[in-house]
Formats: sequence, C-alpha cells, structure tokens
Amino acid sequence: MNIEARITSTPAAPTGFSSIWQRMRSAWWPAWVIFRREIRDTLRDWRIVLPIVILVVGFPFLANFAANRGLTFVNQYGASLIIERLLPSLMLVVGFFPSSFSLVIALETFAGEKERRSLESLLATPLTDLQLYVGKLLAATTPPVLASYVGIGSYLLLIGFTLDWWPPLSLLLVSMTLSTVQSLVMVSGAVIVSSQSTSVRAANLLASFIIIPMAFVLQAEASLLLFADYTVLWLIALCMVVVNVLLIRLGTHVFNREQLLGRDIDELNLQHAWQVFWEAAWPHHGLKALYTREIPAIIRGMRPELLITVLVILVGGMIVGVWGIQRFPLPAEAFDLSQVQNLETIGSIVSQSGLLTSFSPWAIFYNNARALLVAGGAALISLGILALLLLMAPVAIIVYVVGQIGGIGINPWLFLAVTVLPHGIVELPAAILATAQAMRMGDVMLAPPEEGGGVDGILRESGRFIKLFMGAVIPLLLIAAWIEARITPHLLLNFLGR
Amino acid sequence: MIEIEELTKAFDTLVAVDNVTLTVRPGEVLALLGPNGAGKTTTVRMLSAILKPTAGRARVAGYDVATQGDAVRRNVGMLTEAPGLYSRMTGREYLDFFGQLRQIPTPERHKRINELAEWFKIAPAAETRPTGNQKDVLDRRLGEYSKGMAQKIALIRTLLHDPPVLLLDEPTSAMDPASARLVRDTIAQLRNDAHRAIILCTHNLPEAEELADRIAIIRQGRIVEQDATPALKARLLGPPLMEIRLAPPSQNGIVTLIERTIAGYGARVEDAGNNWVRYSTPDPTVTNPAVLQALIASGVAVMTLSEVSQSLEAVYLRAVEGGV
Repeated sequence: MNIEARITSTPAAPTGFSSIWQRMRSAWWPAWVIFRREIRDTLRDWRIVLPIVILVVGFPFLANFAANRGLTFVNQYGASLIIERLLPSLMLVVGFFPSSFSLVIALETFAGEKERRSLESLLATPLTDLQLYVGKLLAATTPPVLASYVGIGSYLLLIGFTLDWWPPLSLLLVSMTLSTVQSLVMVSGAVIVSSQSTSVRAANLLASFIIIPMAFVLQAEASLLLFADYTVLWLIALCMVVVNVLLIRLGTHVFNREQLLGRDIDELNLQHAWQVFWEAAWPHHGLKALYTREIPAIIRGMRPELLITVLVILVGGMIVGVWGIQRFPLPAEAFDLSQVQNLETIGSIVSQSGLLTSFSPWAIFYNNARALLVAGGAALISLGILALLLLMAPVAIIVYVVGQIGGIGINPWLFLAVTVLPHGIVELPAAILATAQAMRMGDVMLAPPEEGGGVDGILRESGRFIKLFMGAVIPLLLIAAWIEARITPHLLLNFLGR
Repeated sequence: MIEIEELTKAFDTLVAVDNVTLTVRPGEVLALLGPNGAGKTTTVRMLSAILKPTAGRARVAGYDVATQGDAVRRNVGMLTEAPGLYSRMTGREYLDFFGQLRQIPTPERHKRINELAEWFKIAPAAETRPTGNQKDVLDRRLGEYSKGMAQKIALIRTLLHDPPVLLLDEPTSAMDPASARLVRDTIAQLRNDAHRAIILCTHNLPEAEELADRIAIIRQGRIVEQDATPALKARLLGPPLMEIRLAPPSQNGIVTLIERTIAGYGARVEDAGNNWVRYSTPDPTVTNPAVLQALIASGVAVMTLSEVSQSLEAVYLRAVEGGV
C-alpha cells in the first residue's frame, strides 16, 4: 500500500454567482463542519440530553399544573385576572429553564476541549479563528434556543388545551424574541467564559456571572408581562440584541489560538496585576512630568472617547432634556424663586432637596467626585455605556429645567450663565475627562490590547483613570465646588435682585 | 522545506524558545531532543502556526508561519503530544471530521481513511471487511480504544491530507513494540517516498538514532547541539572506541605492540585487561587493518575487533547536563 496520496481534486474556478456561492461555501464550510460535530457530540451525551428533555417536557407540565391550581384558587374570589396575567410570565420562565441548563454546552465548548487535550489538533488545521469561533458559537446556541422554543411550545399547548388560553400574536412574538435573545446573550457570554478558562470547573464557576444577571432580567420581564407593558419588553429585547452583538464582538476579539493553549490564562497573579496597575497609576517621574507629559499623553490616547463623550452628553442630554420638557412639562409654580432670598435660604433649599447634605464646597466636591467614581466602576461592568448615561443625566436635567424657566419670564440663557456657567466651565471638563477615561476602561474589554490582553488592559486603563482622577479631575472638581458654593449663589442673588 | 532563523518565543517573563536556528531539507528527518520544558513543543507549535513567534522567522513549506498561518497549517501534519480524541465519535467519524476540515473531497477522503487504517492495521483490508453485525474497529467509539490505538488514529489524522511537512511529537508513545516498529517504518517510508521534511520530538533515543538524519538538542529554549548522529558522537564523546579481544592464553607485550602500531595514526590505547584492549582512533578504516596485520604477524590469535557502542544517550546527557 502506498501511504502517500496527493489530494488532487481542485475544481475549475466557477464564475459569477456560482463563484460567490463557492467562495462563501468554502469560507463557512469549516464552521459548518465544527457545528455538526458539536451538535452530534451533544446529542450523544445523555447527561445533557436527558435533563433538557425533562425540562422541555416535564417542566411545562408542572407550570401547567400550577397555573390550573392557581386559577381554581383565585376563581373562588373572582380574581381570575391575576392568573391570566401570570400565564405569560410562566411562559418566559418555562423557556428560560432549559436554555439556562443548556449553558453547560456553551461552557464546555473550549474549556472541555482544553481538558480533553483535543484543542491543539483542531488549532493545527487550516481553520481560521473566526470559523472556529462561529462554528462553536452556533453549536452552543442551537440547543438552548431550540430547547427554549420546545419548552414554550409544550407549555402553550398544555395551557391551550386545559385552560383554553392562547396568547395573542403580539405577546407570543415578544416572548419568543425575549427567549431567543436571552439564550443568545447567555450563550455568547458562556462561550467567552469558556474560551478564557482552562477547565470546565472554572468555566462553571464563572457562569454565575451570566446566570444571576439574567435571572434578574427575567424577573423584570415577568413583572412587565404582568402589567402587559410590551413596549418596554421590546426595548429590553433591543438592549439584549445590542449586548449580544457586543459580546460576540468581544468574543471574537479576545479569541486567539495562543491564549487558548495557555495554561496560565485564568491564573491569579496578584503581583503582576498590581505591577501593571501601579505602573499606570503612580506618577513615577514627578509632578512636573505628570502635568507636562503623562496626563497630556492619557488625554491624547482617549481622543475617540472624548469625542463620543462630548457628543453623547451634549447632544444626548439635549435630546432627552427637550423630550422631558415636551412629555412632562412643569407648571409655573414649580419655579417659585421667591423663596430664594439670601445665602441661608439657598443652602436650606439645597439641603431640603436631599441632593447634598449641606451647601458647602466639601459637600459639593464629595458628591461630584463620588458620582464620577461610580461612573468609572459602572463603565467596567457595562462596557463604558453606564458612565456615559450617568453623565448625560445631569446635562438632561439642566436642559429640562433651564428650558422651562422662560415660562416664568426669566431669560433662560442668562439664567444658565448665572447658575451653571461659572462652576460648570470647570466642572464639565473634569466630568468629561473622567467619563471618557471610564469609557476607555470599558472599551478595553471590547478590544483588548495585544500586550497582556484584556485583564492587563483593564488594569492599565484603571491605573490611568486613577492618575487622571488624582492629577486633574480632583483639582478641577475642588475649584468647581468652591465656585459653586461661594460665587454662584452671590451671582444668583444679584440676578434675582436680592 | 523548514527554515528557522533566530526563532524566539517569550511568555511574559519566560523565554521558552530562544534564538533557534534550524533547517530541515526535503527527505530529511530531524530529531529534536531535550528535557521536558526545554522548548520542543513550543517550537513545534510555532512551526504549525498555532503560536506566533516573538522574534525571528520561520518558513514551512515555503510559507511564513507568522503571516501565512492558514497556508502553513494546510501543509503541515502535526501529531500532538496527546492524541486528544473525541471519545463519543467513532474512529471513522473522527477522521472524516478532520478530512472535512481540510476540505478533502468525500470519495478521496473515504478512500484515504480506509487505506491508512489498513496500513496501520486498525481495519481489515477491503476484501476481508466484516459484514452484518460485526463492527469494524474504525466504527467503534474512540472512548473504547486503547492508548496505542488512539495514537494510531492520531497518526492517521496527521497523514490524512498527505502533508509535505510532518511535525511528530512522541509518535510511538504508548504503543506496543510491534506497533511502534510499524510507525517507525512508516516514518522512514514517508521520508524516502515523498521527500517530506519531518521533525521528530521524542524522548526515545534509540528511535531518534534510528530514524533521524540529524539530531538537534534543545536546552532551556536554546539549541545546544545540532548535527548528524556520528558527527555529534565524535564531537561530544571523542573518536570511535575500538575493542579487540584475543583468544587465550594471555600473552605479554600485546598492549605495547598495539601502542606502537597505532601511534602513527593519532590513535591511543584507552584501557586494557586480560585478553582485551580498547583504543580510540579518529579513523578506524586505517587503524584497524594495521592493528590486525601487526597482531597476526606476531602470531596472536584475534577473536573479535569491534566498535564499542557509544550511545546517543551519552551524547544527549553530555549536551543537556554538560557531562556523561
């Protein structure tokens, strides 16, 4: 026998549509092959198949039984409406359970291959990273989504035949969409967790970071279904789609052959972490270098984030503020400035509002600094989005208030110049700088740097956030707080002719 | 076929492969030897474009490993250290899966799987295939395979696409002697038949000596020795050592006679005992006939004259540990 055999068949190059089809087929064929193998492997594992079958068939029976008993009970008191409102919520729950259990498949995708030591031979094939990732992602997505559909279908049939309740099309659509996008988000998250873990055990431990938030979302959705508020549910579905796109983007970005084979990928190296953070946070070259080189360099490095921050908070804040004015206009009595008589009354008005403990520079500074630090933390868990929203809120409120002050005969621009501009001209740049850097911390999770990967990137950007915060944001906030507490009230009193 | 220039791979603070330069020509087998953690696997992973080099460059089958990874992987057959099979697949499904990933057309893929399975004796020849309920070994789940069988499947996976470059990490590990012999014969045939370039990572030194045209010894990421086996032996262990055994009874003056005979050839007596003498010589083809002639002329009955085997293990230990 001859053990060498040239693989010779290279078909003639097709043209036109056929050529495009051939190219697409060739590009995605390996992902399809991976998908089929994974699905076949899953279906051969009774430890996965049996619980899913029980959940998609048995659990709807349980839900149906509970609904029937509940209906019988509430009917005694003529409150059948309660249970009728609960039926759609149960539909979501019935869809969620099998899809959350199916997460084990997603968590196994890469971590399982690493444990079996089968990953290296797969990586040695001509598969591209994207083909491998897409194949695995599809294979991990299909069982949870299908399980969810079958679960909901079983439940609906049972409820339909026993209670004669059939969901309206709009409810069915929103429920199926939510179940689908929830499954997709969970799977996309789980595949990332799996690719970044060295064992299935580690991946399962990390999976709680997916299940717990999703359980909260499910509770919120169930509450909204109770109130039949489908608009918000569609918005939640839209948000989930965005999160899913971001997760897939993150997954493909952090997926690399090199790290997949690394054994120290989930090793906790506190010393290294501290080194990376400290190197970025501490002004090693003295104060002069901090202000002449280091902070300017940080600002130069976050130009895109600065641009986005300014655009979102100004344009977004303006839109939200104007929308607020139109949707919730305030009556003229709300702008009763007669109480503003002197510095003491201003202080007591502010204190009574509950926004600040006292109208002092320290209280204002503490409040602003705390808000920006919270924005930094929120950026890390929201890929930067929450930091932007947090800063957009005060701008929207200012637009909302100033936009309506004209209603009582006050020039809004002048009012703005007197009450906001003096301290705002210092405070706003500080807030923009902090928010842009907070956003950068979130961005690093989406596009980790080559050097050190995502964790090092987050630590480095967090260190820079601290450096910028201590070196620029805090001094600016201190100045702004002093102006706001000591100068702005005098200007306001002058403006009001007190 | 494989050209490596100052290839370096660093992981954070660890330099796993440090300035490695090697060449493997078509039809040549290079054995890469070294202790665990020396950098063999990292080197092989870079050559199969799984890991990217930190510095230096490598071309495999004409493609750059850093920039043409897909093309490199298409032309390389890599046998990984662990077979890493999918236990819920059958042998045939597993091989078919890899054949599909390599986009080998279906008829050729099936033909090739059957041929290689026959070659490695894990499936009967076509004419004696089982029928009815009797299952072909290849149609059993991989979870049921022995370690040696699993290794054979991994080897078939490596050869399925008929690659011009083979990177084999411990190809005969876990195999019984007959299977290991079969694999060694296969490697020899692969080199000779199709002029493949083969890198063989192994701890089995006799296997390396048997199969390799050249040996490279890697220690702490660096190539410390690299040459053909005889040249390495000569360089690290000195000239060949010859042993002459004489028929009893022992006679006086033999050592002096041999010393006088070989003095002119740059050789010298290393050791002697009752009826035996060992001498080292840079050129046995000249020295040995002269010694035999002198002894026969003196009426000494020579029983045997042979080279004392100096194992590759001694070479390896000297290179790796700095002493035999």
